[in-house]
Amino acid sequence: MSAEIIHRLHFAFTITFHYLFPQLTMGLALLIVVIKTVALRSGSEIWDRAARFWGRIFGINFIMGVVTGIPMEFQFGTNWARFARLSGGIIGQPLAMEGVFSFFLESAFLGLFLYGEKRISQRMHWFSAVMVWLGSWISGFFIIVTDAWMQHPVGYARMPDGHFEMLSFWQLLLNPWAIFQYMHNMTGAVITGSFVMAAVGAFYLLEGKCEEYGRIFLRVGVIAGVISSILIIFPTGDLAGKYVAQNQPAAIAAMEGLFSSQAGAPIILMGQPNEETGQIDNPIVVNDVLSFLIYGTTKAEVKGLDQFPRDQWPTALPLLFYAYHIMAGLGTWFVLLMLVSAFLLWRGRLATTRSVLWALLLSFPLPYIANTAGWMTAELGRQPWLIYGLMRTSEGFSDTVSASNGLFTLLGFMGLYTLLGLLFTVLVYREISHGPDPKAHAAEAIAAD
Amino acid sequence: MMGFIWFWLVAVMIVGYVVLDGFDLGVGVLHMFLMRTEAERKAALASIGPVWDGNEVWLLAGGGTLYFAFPLLYASAFSGFYLPLMIVLWLLVLRGVSLELRNHIEVGVWRALLDGVFGFSSALLTIFFGAALANVLRGVPLNADGYFFLPLWTNWQPGVAPGILDWYTVIGGLVAFTALTLHGALWLSLKTSGDLEQRARNVVQPLWLILVALTVVSLFATIAVRPASLDNYFTYPFTFIIPAGVVASLAALWLWNRKREPLKAFLASCTYLFFMLAGACWGLYPVLLPATTGAANDITLTRAISGPHTLAVGLAWWIFGMVLAIGYVVFVYSRFKGKVGAHAGGH
Repeated sequence: MSAEIIHRLHFAFTITFHYLFPQLTMGLALLIVVIKTVALRSGSEIWDRAARFWGRIFGINFIMGVVTGIPMEFQFGTNWARFARLSGGIIGQPLAMEGVFSFFLESAFLGLFLYGEKRISQRMHWFSAVMVWLGSWISGFFIIVTDAWMQHPVGYARMPDGHFEMLSFWQLLLNPWAIFQYMHNMTGAVITGSFVMAAVGAFYLLEGKCEEYGRIFLRVGVIAGVISSILIIFPTGDLAGKYVAQNQPAAIAAMEGLFSSQAGAPIILMGQPNEETGQIDNPIVVNDVLSFLIYGTTKAEVKGLDQFPRDQWPTALPLLFYAYHIMAGLGTWFVLLMLVSAFLLWRGRLATTRSVLWALLLSFPLPYIANTAGWMTAELGRQPWLIYGLMRTSEGFSDTVSASNGLFTLLGFMGLYTLLGLLFTVLVYREISHGPDPKAHAAEAIAAD
Repeated sequence: MMGFIWFWLVAVMIVGYVVLDGFDLGVGVLHMFLMRTEAERKAALASIGPVWDGNEVWLLAGGGTLYFAFPLLYASAFSGFYLPLMIVLWLLVLRGVSLELRNHIEVGVWRALLDGVFGFSSALLTIFFGAALANVLRGVPLNADGYFFLPLWTNWQPGVAPGILDWYTVIGGLVAFTALTLHGALWLSLKTSGDLEQRARNVVQPLWLILVALTVVSLFATIAVRPASLDNYFTYPFTFIIPAGVVASLAALWLWNRKREPLKAFLASCTYLFFMLAGACWGLYPVLLPATTGAANDITLTRAISGPHTLAVGLAWWIFGMVLAIGYVVFVYSRFKGKVGAHAGGH
């Protein structure tokens, strides 16, 4: 395998594994604030225990996000040195701001939230939860700003020696691409949080234990889930998609599998793109819909891949096509499931409708898949560019680090992260089977002694 | 001017990292052999539990600052030190997970395993950090384009083509290991009580003696490996106050520990680390990464510095952000001040 492929896999693997955790951190942080607020206002012991229960799971999840996040910041230098050297003056900025503005905030208040409940007032404990939520969402923003500049570079000048210099800080920070992507991404994180919470609620009700907590989790999860599942499609997904279509037309053509330009372009619901023949095998299509989605009229012409030189096509075309379709297909399922659940919740029948509880339970992995597929769509769509239109991926990796050294450390990360994944699963499963009730905890502890 | 400012701002981040994360790394080293009972292990962990993650943020924020202020240095050093840096990342992952999650597990065998991982990774990290600094002080075989790639070891001699480990960088690793273990012991004598406090105090004296010896050895070794390290001191003789500060800190540490003033002794250890790092940075300035292949290949401030707008904007938010950050740090430490209780613990 070439060094370029190894370095790409290195980043892709570590970032994909890493992002399994922050998406729950960011989504759950918001829901914990909601539960903690209810607890504080109503003085209800049950809601307070519910907040503490999710706080424990949050703690495990957060630490996984922290430890897998550290390698990300360093990989720009270790594996992408030529890119880092030319772009550091620009994208080093939001990365450093993430550390200074978000990580200090997050770590300080998480310490208070997890360790300090007995040392601070309830109001202060609530405030710590809010600050942790804020910190995690600020962190997300700076990462999106970094990615957005690579997707859609703004506010820069290229110097004679090839490096990029920042001309406008505010253009970098308020890059329209970043704004659309941020809204879409954070909504995705809330979906993960809602589905996980609703699934734990469904599990308790199906199992017939901790039912009072199960109802709370279902209620919070389904209400947040129905709102976020709608917002992910409209307006955030719609806006983000239109902006991609304007600025990365080759990416949108590949995502949609549109090989040749046409007026009244169809949307392809399923199929397998065939790069040799330039067609979709086994297609299921609906005419005119793509033109409508992008331009608001069924007659508009949409540019196909034939409009672009072959060396500007996204390099992993079929994977990009599938990633995008998996994301969009799952998004549709989220709305359907959450609408049905929300209706039953409103009628007071959700807790007793076992088929829907089963669907909620089994659906909790799907937002992880959808979020991952969404990021793959964004990053594979950017290819073959590292900085869109300015610098190719093949020009950015560390050419002093050989493919063999890269593979060595990639295998190391794979082994290490397998262990982390197992540990995480065991510990979270243990928290869920203990449940939020402190009595169960005490009984178990006695049994263990 | 901007170069001077940012050089020292990055140095401040490094000092902040070493002084703060240093004591929880040291507690990790001591975790392997100083604690005898589960209650003592819990107390030691409770003393660092709420703060270690915040301490580690100094490393991340420092790395980010280095990235945007000196992109060439970041790119060159991180790719050149590829293998040891990856090992450091793995150790940081293992350490964070074992430290934070061992209290979530009730099975003794797994707890013991995570305790071992925590201690082992902490110890190796202190050695790696010391060796890393020594690598920078010694210099690396930079090519004309500003890149290099170091193997883990060659013939164990500093020279034109050294490895990550040679006799000089091993000394650097030992200095850091000893200094941070001592730093951790002082933290424990400050934060814990009873037998553990007494045992922590008992290891301070032998560690202090070793540290004094290693400090002297490392000083002469540095001069031997890179004589230019002394240039700045002779040009501005008042800066000999830095090595004087090292000596004064060591003396104060000894005295205050004997007088059973753990807070003052701990602060003396902080100033020791501060003066050691400041002295190393001043020995380098204005070089960021010396070349063993000739001074023409050195990565210097002027060569590596970012563009003017980046640095001007950066200075504005950096000062604002770090004032906030120091506010959080002070707040958290004040909430958790005093000795940890016998049954303290998180979650």
